[in-house]
Amino acid sequence: MTPTTRTRWAILSLTGPAYLWLACTIFLPIAAMLALSFLDKSPLVPKPASFTLANYGAFFGKPFYWSLTRWSIELGLWVTLFSFLIGYPAAYALAKRVKGRWREAIFLLIVLPFWSNALVRIFSWTMVLRSNGIIDLGVQSIFPGAPTVDLLFTYPAVVIGLVHSYLPYMILTCYIALQAIDDSLIEAGRSLGASKFTTFRRVVLPLSLPGIISGAALIFVPVIGSFMEPRILGGTKGATLGMNIEEQFTVTANWPLGAALSFILLAIVLVIFGILYPFLRKQGGAA
Amino acid sequence: MRNLADAGIRFYLILVLVFLYLPILVMAVLAFNKSPLYALPFEFDLVWFKALAENDRLLKAGLNSVLIALANTVIATSLGTMAAVAFGRYTFRGKTMMQALLFPPIAIPWLVIGTAMLVFFFWIGRAMGYPGIARGLHAILLGHVALSLPYVIFVVGARLNDYPKALEEAAATLGATPWQVFRRVSVPILAPGVVAAALFAFAVSFDQFVISYFLAPPGVTTLPVEIYTSIRKGFTPEINAISTIIILVSMGLMLIVARFYRFGGERSGNE
Repeated sequence: MTPTTRTRWAILSLTGPAYLWLACTIFLPIAAMLALSFLDKSPLVPKPASFTLANYGAFFGKPFYWSLTRWSIELGLWVTLFSFLIGYPAAYALAKRVKGRWREAIFLLIVLPFWSNALVRIFSWTMVLRSNGIIDLGVQSIFPGAPTVDLLFTYPAVVIGLVHSYLPYMILTCYIALQAIDDSLIEAGRSLGASKFTTFRRVVLPLSLPGIISGAALIFVPVIGSFMEPRILGGTKGATLGMNIEEQFTVTANWPLGAALSFILLAIVLVIFGILYPFLRKQGGAA
Repeated sequence: MRNLADAGIRFYLILVLVFLYLPILVMAVLAFNKSPLYALPFEFDLVWFKALAENDRLLKAGLNSVLIALANTVIATSLGTMAAVAFGRYTFRGKTMMQALLFPPIAIPWLVIGTAMLVFFFWIGRAMGYPGIARGLHAILLGHVALSLPYVIFVVGARLNDYPKALEEAAATLGATPWQVFRRVSVPILAPGVVAAALFAFAVSFDQFVISYFLAPPGVTTLPVEIYTSIRKGFTPEINAISTIIILVSMGLMLIVARFYRFGGERSGNE
């Protein structure tokens, strides 16, 4: 064998297994799902299915699905906004104001829960939010006789749980962007007479924008596809597109409709990545 | 003034940490509380851990979770490391494209991936005459490996990028046989990255809920799926007990990863 043929074989045998695996578990299934979304019968029905646009028609024709989609997008926006409001100052403090061992320790503590079980962390909030939970007990001890605080199965509960789940993403991406800003740029702004706030608004904020956008994308996308979190913390209220897709596959067994809804969800995700792509590119491999 | 600002910053960071850890701590504490209705005052008791030890469903689900995570670790780490070596040591046409293909498994919502796998596996199964094979531990394992592969390739790849190919070429030029180059140069370079990647892969699988949920047939579950089912029936402190154990295992794993691999892609900490 010539060296180039040998190299080619080496590359093929090194990458082949991983990509064959991804093809069978990600890319072919997505293609199969696209095909199913245009069929009129679930594969669970042993009759031959034929082509139809009815599943997409159901989505575009019924206001119910529109409001589900709007709720999901709203939920995504709220969670992203609060993650930014809480996470950005924390990232700024870590990147610019805290140094050495403290920084390392706090950073690790922020990232750590992120790699623990998402379901368990959502479950843990039920202990805090329910009546007789920690918030309720706290309020009762400060204001005896106050009405019971029961946040469980409410919209705010879902937002709180999701912010808790995805906050580390925002802190991480903003931290990486903020740390890359040269301190001398900030000093230059200050010495040229800009106030602290102006320096922040005109120098720090624009330079950290790619980090904010990466964080927003990393949070918004999974939130609009979430179903477990709104189920556990929101109960039946504030149904999302994700919860409806789950139902189509597990309860009502209308797989073609579920597939169509999944594809609409995927389309929303693609549009978001399309809009944010120029910003994400700047951030490079950091996200 | 400066001290005051610093104190304010510390206070804020502590508040953020309280937000992140308070619910987990409350849940863990209530796992040791005697009351089945989470009633206070707190009364220490191990009754829920004892109940756990006798709960066959949860134990079986736990065993399934561990077995899948171990199999996932072996498969994803081997296949991923091979691909990372190809990306790190060769330039070839289509490489950028192949690397871009690693993003969909991370960027597409798990709900979409999980349901798509269910549909595809079902069709394959029906074509073969066994629609039952669409779901089961094997299907869950297929899915977990797919999700872990990109992480393994990124982590091992980042490690390889820190060490130029020239190191291996130098060894070969100085007369080392290919085996010696591999054993004495490549393996020591790769090892910390591979260990970190393996721990990541274990964590990804052990914590994965959404994909397992759609691919689990009735009666066969993993721990997160079993917990989800129990939560929907109603809360009991038994769930707190198993959740506490899971959180400790996951966090312990990540602390070990942090020792091997600094977050943010810097060089490993053992040098």
